[in-house]
Amino acid sequence: MENKVKVCVENLNVHYGEKQALFDVCMDINQNEITALIGPSGCGKSTFLRCLNRMNDVIDICKVEGSIKIDGQNIYDKDIQVEKLRERVGMVFQKPNPFPKSIFENVAYGPRIHGLAKDKTELEEIVHTSLKKAAIFDEVKDRLDETGTSLSGGQQQRLCIARAISVNPDVILMDEPCSALDPIATAKIEALMEDLKKEYTIIIVTHSMQQAARVSKKTGFFHLGNLIEVNDTETIFSTPANDKTLDYVTGRFG
Amino acid sequence: MGLITFFLLVLFAITSFYLGYFRSNRVRVIEKQRPFSLDKYYGYYLAIWSVVPAVIILFAILIFDGFIVKNYVLSEFYSQGIDQSEISLLFTQIENTRNGIKLFNSEDEIIVNAVNKLNYIEGIFDITSIITVFSVSGLFLLYGYRKINLNFDARLVVEKFILIGFFLCSLIAILVTVGIIFSLLYETVRFFSQVPILDFLFGTNWSPQRAFVRDASDAADIENAFGAVPLFSGTFLIAFIAMCVSIPVGLLTAIYMSEYAKSSVRNTAKPIIEILAGIPTVVYGFFAVITIAPFIRSLGGSIGLDVSSESALAAGLVMGIMIIPFVSSLSDDVISSVPQSLREGSYAMGATKSETIKKVIIPAALPGIIGSFLLAVSRAIGETMIVVMAAGLVANLTANPLEASTTITTQIVVILIGDQEFDSPKTMSAFALGLTLFVMTLILNFIALRVVKKYTEKYE
Repeated sequence: MENKVKVCVENLNVHYGEKQALFDVCMDINQNEITALIGPSGCGKSTFLRCLNRMNDVIDICKVEGSIKIDGQNIYDKDIQVEKLRERVGMVFQKPNPFPKSIFENVAYGPRIHGLAKDKTELEEIVHTSLKKAAIFDEVKDRLDETGTSLSGGQQQRLCIARAISVNPDVILMDEPCSALDPIATAKIEALMEDLKKEYTIIIVTHSMQQAARVSKKTGFFHLGNLIEVNDTETIFSTPANDKTLDYVTGRFG
Repeated sequence: MGLITFFLLVLFAITSFYLGYFRSNRVRVIEKQRPFSLDKYYGYYLAIWSVVPAVIILFAILIFDGFIVKNYVLSEFYSQGIDQSEISLLFTQIENTRNGIKLFNSEDEIIVNAVNKLNYIEGIFDITSIITVFSVSGLFLLYGYRKINLNFDARLVVEKFILIGFFLCSLIAILVTVGIIFSLLYETVRFFSQVPILDFLFGTNWSPQRAFVRDASDAADIENAFGAVPLFSGTFLIAFIAMCVSIPVGLLTAIYMSEYAKSSVRNTAKPIIEILAGIPTVVYGFFAVITIAPFIRSLGGSIGLDVSSESALAAGLVMGIMIIPFVSSLSDDVISSVPQSLREGSYAMGATKSETIKKVIIPAALPGIIGSFLLAVSRAIGETMIVVMAAGLVANLTANPLEASTTITTQIVVILIGDQEFDSPKTMSAFALGLTLFVMTLILNFIALRVVKKYTEKYE
């Protein structure tokens, strides 16, 4: 059974000043699936990811053309409020970046900003649920007052995931979320992603092809700013249509 | 003699350098093997041996030779049992006569004899000291030269010397600080032997000029003349006003510069703001007296307030302006160094820029920001000139910023201006004030360091 299309990217071109980073990328991303983006360094996969929640807006010289529709609405429309968009499209970064606040405050950050909780009990409810969903609640429930930075790397990353889902987004973008973690922490996060995809649409950029093969339903291969191929993960890793993809997934380059 | 010796030593050092350099070079050629270190290190090694011990000896001679010469010339007077102060006077006369200054007793036989004796002994001394210095230099050079061989690593020795040099330089700063404390301490203890310390710290009346009256009837007044509380209160009042100006303005400037301003704006505006720090404080004083004080006075007058022409408010406001760059440029650096990943994390949650600054960046940068505040406070407490010009000199125990006020530093200036007896309590009170100020800023810095450390541990 094919899931419904959540994100529809059409003719996406991105320039950093003179340099073009993405060329005419078109891609459909299905709801409640994990989509992996692979490719060598500098191929544009992170740039693509950051277009989906308009994080590239922060960079002055970055120009985005084309359309990205989430649930049929172009997120680059003038009347789209970027803060509201980011509430719907959460992001987890390569390096865990908890705020220098308590664990509780880290997760309560989003709900507070967007006014999701009417009172303290509701806020606690949201925080606890988010921590449970991120599979970290049991490890931190006795020390919610401690700073987020006191946790281990893997715990910090799960805290960041809890922070991302605290505002109940539709889509979660993950930019190499496991590259700074050891295999055990990575396994925990991968298991977590498996759980989360029931509720969220997940797009993950990864350098580890094994990870892409393990977790994703679909995989897109980027090379030099072009989306070379996107297909079911199994197809990409066994019988890709494009020679470059084959070379990459078999480790002949990149 | 000193200058010639110095040039000779420099010459010696250069020669030694090349001696070592070529020696090492020759070892390389003869033994057909590379020495442990580069040739130049053997040069440095020899230069150090030839100069450093010699310079130490030279300094020792320079320090002690005057003393020895003087004692030798005056030895016969000591045996005659002449008073100590008369002997020093006599020696001054001898020296003056030798330098060609005619005095009433220049023709006296004693003096003439003594001058001859002085010239003679100094001549001998010069020659022997030069010989000593250079023979020491030569001996050590020889010692070093003989040590150079294939297996000797001069680089490590030079490294050790450089280490010692660095250590001595850092020692100088510490020693000077200790010296300052002791010079203050000595006078302060003398002051407190005349004025009880509690009267000084808790007395509310500051009028040191009263201590000049030395009648029996006024003697009791000395105790009541040195109550420093009005000075403390004035200092804190003015510093408080200054901080009320500089903290908000400086911090908001820093936030604008580091988070909002385009790089073109920042590149022009930042240097202009930092010019504020370079304006001499006297100029700020003029600004306070001529512009701000009359403005406050007329403003106060228009709403029916009685503002004195010299007010703590005027001085505090201008001082606050002066301190803005301290707060802004330090805070700016701290805010800019907050990792970009925290900003992105906040934006990704859908926070706006100001929410991000308020809830993430400022808390993360807090230790540095507090550090900049405390630095500014010590600057405000230590500032003198603006207060002298704009806030008046009257020690006035008041919390009203519209009245004249004075600070610790200002009073130190007032006390020490002009001719003063050095042993009067008035003069010595300046040292007590100085020490108090020193202790205050020390405590402030201590707190600043503790605060910064505490938050740093928390946030990293």
